[in-house]
Amino acid sequence: MMSNLTRAERANAMVIAGTGAFIGLVMAAAGRGDPMGAHGWIVLAFCGALFFVVGSAYEDPEPTQDRTASYYDDPTKVGILIALFWAVVGMGMGVWVASQLAWPDLRFDAAWSSFGRIRPVHTSGVIFGFGGNALIATSFHIMQRTCRARMPDQVTPWFVLLGFNLFCIVASSGYLMGVTQSKEYAEPEWYADLWLVVVWVVYFVLYIRTLARRNEPHIYVANWYYLAFILVVAVLHIVNNLAVPASLTGAKSYSAFAGVQDAMTQWWYGHNAVAFFLTSGFLGMLYYFLPKRAERPIYSYRLSILSFWGITFFYIWAGSHHLHYTALPHWVQTLGMTFSVMLLVPSWASAGNALMTLNGAWHKVRDDATLRFMMVAAVFYGLSTFEGSFMAIRPVNGLSHYTDWTVGHVHAGAMGWVALISFGSIYALAPVLWRRETIYSWKAVEWHFWLALAGTVIYVFAMWNSGITQGLMWRTYTESGTLAYSFTDTLVAMHPYYVARTFGGLLFLIGACIGAWNVVMTIRRMPSETPERDYPTSSESREPALPAAE
Amino acid sequence: MSVKDRDPLTGHQTTGHEWNGITELNTRVPRAVWFFVIVTHVWALVVWVLMPAWPLVTTYTKGLLGTDQREEVQESIAVANAIRDDWSSLIADLPVDEIRADPALMAPVNDTAHALFGDNCAGCHGSDAAGGPGFPSLVDDAWLWGGDADTIMETLRVGINATHPETRYAQMLAFGEQGILPRDDIRTVVDYVQSLSGTGAPADRIAAGAEIYATNCASCHGEDGTGMAEIGAPNLRDDFWIYGGGDEAMFETIWGGRQGWMPAWEDRLTVADRKILTIYLQDRAKETAQ
Repeated sequence: MMSNLTRAERANAMVIAGTGAFIGLVMAAAGRGDPMGAHGWIVLAFCGALFFVVGSAYEDPEPTQDRTASYYDDPTKVGILIALFWAVVGMGMGVWVASQLAWPDLRFDAAWSSFGRIRPVHTSGVIFGFGGNALIATSFHIMQRTCRARMPDQVTPWFVLLGFNLFCIVASSGYLMGVTQSKEYAEPEWYADLWLVVVWVVYFVLYIRTLARRNEPHIYVANWYYLAFILVVAVLHIVNNLAVPASLTGAKSYSAFAGVQDAMTQWWYGHNAVAFFLTSGFLGMLYYFLPKRAERPIYSYRLSILSFWGITFFYIWAGSHHLHYTALPHWVQTLGMTFSVMLLVPSWASAGNALMTLNGAWHKVRDDATLRFMMVAAVFYGLSTFEGSFMAIRPVNGLSHYTDWTVGHVHAGAMGWVALISFGSIYALAPVLWRRETIYSWKAVEWHFWLALAGTVIYVFAMWNSGITQGLMWRTYTESGTLAYSFTDTLVAMHPYYVARTFGGLLFLIGACIGAWNVVMTIRRMPSETPERDYPTSSESREPALPAAE
Repeated sequence: MSVKDRDPLTGHQTTGHEWNGITELNTRVPRAVWFFVIVTHVWALVVWVLMPAWPLVTTYTKGLLGTDQREEVQESIAVANAIRDDWSSLIADLPVDEIRADPALMAPVNDTAHALFGDNCAGCHGSDAAGGPGFPSLVDDAWLWGGDADTIMETLRVGINATHPETRYAQMLAFGEQGILPRDDIRTVVDYVQSLSGTGAPADRIAAGAEIYATNCASCHGEDGTGMAEIGAPNLRDDFWIYGGGDEAMFETIWGGRQGWMPAWEDRLTVADRKILTIYLQDRAKETAQ
């Protein structure tokens, strides 16, 4: 892998890693006695290790092939493997937190293993660790292929991928130490946030630079979605994390916002994290791998335009539906609700566009579990966006809010849509990336598919039942006009569903483990093969400038 | 440069673009999509006209319906209070015996008590009110401060060792930690106290323990060990133990002392609520005794 870097690039990488290690050392020294100090050591170890990995290969021979004749896939390969690693870790933590809700003693009386600390490890692990790495890796692949251009340099993609993972490690280790801003999906403290800004801006610039080098006259839809994902997430992240550190030598900071403004900023962020991290980016994935796998043209370019701009415009307004019936002014709630409902049509247009693309390829959906992953993902995308718009309507929210229905809704999206499209894409991508004839075991893909689908359905149904039961019990009055049930009564009623949810999550986790094993075996055991025409070329000749060197 | 092919399956033209093998059809947007775009937008417009919706510079559009969520909440609270007023003021004013005698008043008591207890008391005393280590059982007939209605009402109002200015105050000294009694004496008096509720121990130890008891313990727990409800000193002759009646638990109690804590409910629960809980607790204790 290091042999693909020129000596100058190796030197650059060592300078960056060395600077990172030095910053880690400063943090460790300045933050003694504070979790920030522990984070300093982690940064030092991470960057120091990279420094030595690159340094030990510094004197190796330089690459000789013409690099413009091939795509740069090394970071994509590593990104896919890291994504699978985080999938197993994040979903494993998910099964643990779900078990704690059913059997609270599984905390084992330690502070680090309490629900409040390991829950964000689960959410960040699956959203940022699994989802984020899958997005970064596939975006590297897709932007090069659809631009027919190699990335402009070889250090930047590594900086983005590894820098992002350093953020993930600092975030999750911080949760276990009790470091949190108490903002959902934005828990990491100020120095981790600053670091992510740097990584994210570099990511954006890398994407733009690659697009600028493209050999296609038009920019493919997948790239619109990836760009929306990168750009808007940057804006969301920066604004929501505006904070003043209590001290430069400690982790604690205070948000720039207070009271209801803080709540609104947080849910403007939170909902658009769902929109632009968990929807936009994954639609980019869907737009590439689904037509590629089905070998069908996208059903409608015009529908793509309508849904892209609809989603991008309407989502931004919808966050206030998380704060119905609160201190938030009524007019903000009305806007959140109406925009959420208007959002439904472009969302369904996307899902519909994907499913209509499969016309003429349904026999492949039947036979090929990889394509079936993508098809079911599109269906769950449609289902959960419908559910989301429905739950955003104030009176419906009056029942659903604060209950497990919300949890079920999120997981219909996260498991049914985000994870399934990612796994489908990874199965489609792995043989291409590693130039293998095919995936190691198609049977294992089938097993993964049915485990994942069964797990999702069990999970979501359990949470619907639990949430609606809970919501109705909260609002049941006796004839005397007093509440009929105590809070504990609702917990007793929810317990069986909590057990069922844990079981559903466990099935999903087993599927993910099978998937990770299958990809690793594909790399290790399958004979290699050179795929056709997988290299940059100008759109004029539609021929490679030079044959791929590998 | 771009060739617009026709897709044989659908008959639609492609846009003529191609990205690594991916093409797009130029299919027009289905009518149903436009229809639902219009439906949702018209709906949104109607809601904006009717409800508070758009910000202006210093105010916002109030909507034709004139709804305001703050007023809505206040109205629904007023309605709910009106329903409860039928009985809650009577329960607050009447003595417990009269409430018990009136089935019309006992109906709301029975409706309400379960959730009231579950949300406010069960956290410590358990959802079955049977207590747990450190938290007294409320379903036996051993009452630290007395089990008549007025006393329970007072305990609920001011709490025990709470922040209320009139709170009930009780503390058992840390006889061991503060050096009042050596270890051996504590072990001896444990044997004696256990013998009060019928556990066997060698006669000489009981005699020695009785002496230690008389000097150190009797002032609160009484000469005969039956306790003093006025100061919350528990009866030692029954078999109810808050902190456990075994050798180790009792040693720990005498060594380190005890000072249990119960919040004062005067500011959180209405008089009617507290009276409902009082009746509920007395009934539960009676049920269990039977």
